[in-house]
This record gives sequence, structure tokens and C-alpha cells, in this order.
Amino acid sequence: MSDLLKLSLDEVTTKLKAKEVSATELAKEALAACEAAQPALNAFTAFDGDKTLAMAAASDEKLAKGEGGLIEGAPIAIKDLFAVEGVSTSASSNILKGFKPTYESTVTSTLWDNGGVFLCKTSMDEFAMGSSNETANTGPVNNPWKGPNGEMLTPGGSSGGSAAAVAADLCFGATGTDTGGSIRQPAAFTGTVGVKATYGRTSRWGTIAFASSLDHPGPFAKTVKDSAILLQAMSGHDPKDSTSLPQDVPDFVAAVGQSVKGLKIGVPKEYRVDGMPEEIERAWQAGIEWLKAAGCEIVDITLPHTKYALPAYYIVAPAEASSNLARYDGMRYGVREEGEDLTAVYENTRAAGFGHEVQRRIMIGTYVLSAGYYDAYYLRAQKVRTRILQDFDEAFKTVDAILTPSAPSAAFAIGSKSDDPIAMYLNDVFTVTANLAGVPAMSVPAGSDKDGLPLGLQVITRALDEETMFKVGAALEDAAGFNAKPEKWW
Amino acid sequence: MSVTADDVRRIARLARIAEPEDRIDALTDELNGILTWIEQLNEVDVEGVDAMTTPVKFALPQREDEVTDGDCRDRVLANAPKSDEGFFVVPKSVE
Repeated sequence: MSDLLKLSLDEVTTKLKAKEVSATELAKEALAACEAAQPALNAFTAFDGDKTLAMAAASDEKLAKGEGGLIEGAPIAIKDLFAVEGVSTSASSNILKGFKPTYESTVTSTLWDNGGVFLCKTSMDEFAMGSSNETANTGPVNNPWKGPNGEMLTPGGSSGGSAAAVAADLCFGATGTDTGGSIRQPAAFTGTVGVKATYGRTSRWGTIAFASSLDHPGPFAKTVKDSAILLQAMSGHDPKDSTSLPQDVPDFVAAVGQSVKGLKIGVPKEYRVDGMPEEIERAWQAGIEWLKAAGCEIVDITLPHTKYALPAYYIVAPAEASSNLARYDGMRYGVREEGEDLTAVYENTRAAGFGHEVQRRIMIGTYVLSAGYYDAYYLRAQKVRTRILQDFDEAFKTVDAILTPSAPSAAFAIGSKSDDPIAMYLNDVFTVTANLAGVPAMSVPAGSDKDGLPLGLQVITRALDEETMFKVGAALEDAAGFNAKPEKWW
Repeated sequence: MSVTADDVRRIARLARIAEPEDRIDALTDELNGILTWIEQLNEVDVEGVDAMTTPVKFALPQREDEVTDGDCRDRVLANAPKSDEGFFVVPKSVE
């Protein structure tokens, strides 16, 4: 195999435009690489080679005429949460086994309009509920990065398949969704860049809903610039999503590489949590020093309600999920399990179709929304959420961006947290605040731990100010010079 | 607040999930673990605070009330577990 797949999206689109490589050649190579890696990584849930090659051929036609979009001809992997017309889309759940949408999600159709080539669907935690990709109905995804003794690690979750595919150089970018950290945590675990834009910047239409007020589609990429290109190629106002922002999309790519001199960077003391490995703290300090050296001013800030973000999330997200997932009743799509009456059909269908974690969250959500408990749980959590947003509003009066670690640990071994829901939930302790507040945030690879595993730093900015996020992200990337790759074993 | 096994059976019924009897005790423990953990929210002063409903404030868009989609029966039925003659086939629900 050639080294074509090791190129960044930016590099490969340049080669495509210069006709040094064809989209068809690239698509064939990417398909072969994904199929060869599948037995080892288990990162993929569906392929459609004919569709891939047809889209690549269409790209080649445009490229031959000197036409084509921002990412013309680049193969992109798609999380199994996005509806891709005619291709199995199951949210890694048995309840949607065999579901083939007759429509296309807005994010993927925007990517295709910009020249992207559909490569494959990627595995995820069932309905995006998890932080390790272990709840997928097709089994765990293996992180391309192995542990110090060769043990298999999780790629994080829920967008674990997309993160693994980008980290293993099997595609030039991938889509994910981030409801509590499901893009940024796997990006940190795999040494990739992961972005969650402002809520409403990317349309939710055609992505299978988990928690509607928290779901953010976004990209995984090999570099900060690639992530800006991909976000550019997936954003925009969508009349089909009532929460889609009626705003023009700024030139994210132009922000990459701009000076960060004079920017004020907030460092929140609440992100120093008990039991956090010293190496995470060290990476964070390094990030602070890099930005200082680049001319930023570092400001100690406080986000006092940070510790309440996760418990608030575990009311709001399950409540919205219990409502969204009520649609899976075995009548109009998905699987149906028979029963002695209509209610039994519903109950048997949902018992057989949903995995344990999904059932647990639906039940928590049902409970907190049930009569007599709504005020005590859901309403209170939504008020705490306002407090968290106020924390950010207050901080952004004095700083332009906030720097934190992306996750409280490096990638962990498969099976090591699956018996303890709360230990698993704590993975999102640094990421979930940005979902609750709807502000943009990204994870950038910032170094390695003692075992050589990647660690990520998170940059959070004001709502609608992705440009500052990309500026700071690129400055960190430059200074970190992280270019380690997992040794190929797949 | 904690839940009992009977509460869990009631929640499962509300959620339309047939939880087998041998899962009820484990589920009760799991739900209580999570509910105890989220109780720390009671420490937060939310007096006079509005509930957050959306992260970015803008007026919800409205459009003309007109038909913008439809005429795609076969596509709507394409994923039905059971369909016949252009209809969804569902279990009998009215005696």
C-alpha cells in the first residue's frame, strides 16, 4: 500500500486538484485499507463500495474540469448515527438492525455537496450512550493505540469507530456527534483532532436523536486545519432543524495559523480533579507555557458549577433520550418482537432491541420526567444548566478562550470500566460543560503519557466564536509538535 | 430519593420495556446508585434562576403553513417491519 492515506485532508485535496492522484484511486485504496483493518479494529458497521466508487467517479469528472468543492474527492467515514441514503444506519443498535434510510442527513449531504466521498459507516456506543464504544451491538472497537503490554484499549466513545478510523489513517476525516464529549474524548484517546462547534452550527436533521438540546455533529481530523476544513464543509443553516442557527458560516480555515498574540486564556481551577494522573496535569501546564510563549496572557479563572455539570447532564440527557427513543416501537421501522397484545409487542420489542445501557438511561429519563418528580429533577437540572452557562458568560467577560485537559485519563483498557456506570460517566467530566452551555470546544493532541499514549487538551470559546478556538488550537498543535502514530498492527 | 423494586417495575412499564424479573434487583441498585449521585444538585442555589431551554438565544423560525413534503408512500414504508397494500400492518389494538 502506498503512503497516500497518511496524507492530511489538506494535502490530499491539493494533490487531487493537481491531478497527481484520482479520487477513484484514492477511494479504492481507502476501501481496501478499511476492509483489511476491520477484523482487527472492528471500527466499521457498513460499506457500500459501489456508492463509494460512483461518488469518486463523479468527483473525478469535476476535478478533470477544474471544478469541485472544498473537499472534492476525499473519502470520509460517517458515524452510524447519520442517515446515509440506502446504506445501513443503525446507531449500533439491534432495534434499528437492517434500517436503510430513504433520505440523507443534512450534515452528510452538505459534505457530499462539498465534494466528500462516502467511505463507510463507523461503529459507536449504542445510540451514542457511552464513553468507550463498548455498548455497540457489533462489539467493542479496538483503539489503534495499544497499551504498554499490548493490551487492547478503547478508542473512547461514543464516536469510537470514527476516531479509530482517522487515527489509523484509514480515511481523511470522519463525522462524529458530541452530546457530552463523544467527539472530544475519543479524539483525545486516539491522538486526533475533534471539534464540537456552537450548538446549532451543524444541523441535527437526519442524525438519530439522543438528547436534542445537547447533540452536536462535528468532525474528527488528523490536523487542526483539516478539522476547520471539515467543519466548514458540514456547517450551515438548515430550515429542517428548528435549532439550526440562521447565521453565515465564517471562514474557519482562514483562522488556522493566525496569531494568538494578546489573547487572554482562562485556566479554570475546577478542572483539577481528584485522582487525575500527574501526566494530564503536566500536559495542561505544557499547554499553558506554549500559549504564553506564543504571546497569550494566562488568566486564572473560576467556573464554580463545574462539578454539577455531569449530574445535571445525567438528568437532562436521559430525560430527552427517553422522549426521543419512544419512537422505537416496532411499528414503522426497525425490528418488531411479537407479543400477546399491542403493549406486549412494544415492551418485547424495546427489551430485545435496546442494550442495557440504553435501557438504563431510558428508565432514568422516564423516572425524572414522571409525575411528582419533574420539578425535583428535570427542572432543577435545567436551572443548574443555566448556572453553568452563567459561569462561562462570566469567564468570557475577561478571557477569549479557556484551556483545559480533554479527558481525565489516557485511553483505558477494554472492560476496565464497563461494570461501573458512574466511573464510565466521569470520562466526560471536562467535556460535558460545553455541551450544557452550547459553546464551541475542541480537543487537540498535546503529547503522550509515559506509555506513549496520546493526551488531548481542550480549547473552549464563546458561542459563535469557533475562529478563536481554531486559532488557539492551531497554536497548541504547532507548539506540541505531536506527530506520533500508533505502530501498525491491524 | 431512592427507588424500590416496585418503582422499577412501574418505571419499566411506563418506558414500555419488558424487564425480566431477574433483572429488577440489579436495575434497582443501578438506578439508586445514579440517583444518589445526582442528588448533589440539591447543593446548588437555583433560587430565581430560569430553567435553560436552549443554549443559543434566537427566535424560533416560522415558515408559511404549506405542504413541503410528501407523495413518497413507498419510501415511508420501505423500512416497515410489516406492510401490505401501502399500509403499515400493526397488531390489533381495538377489540
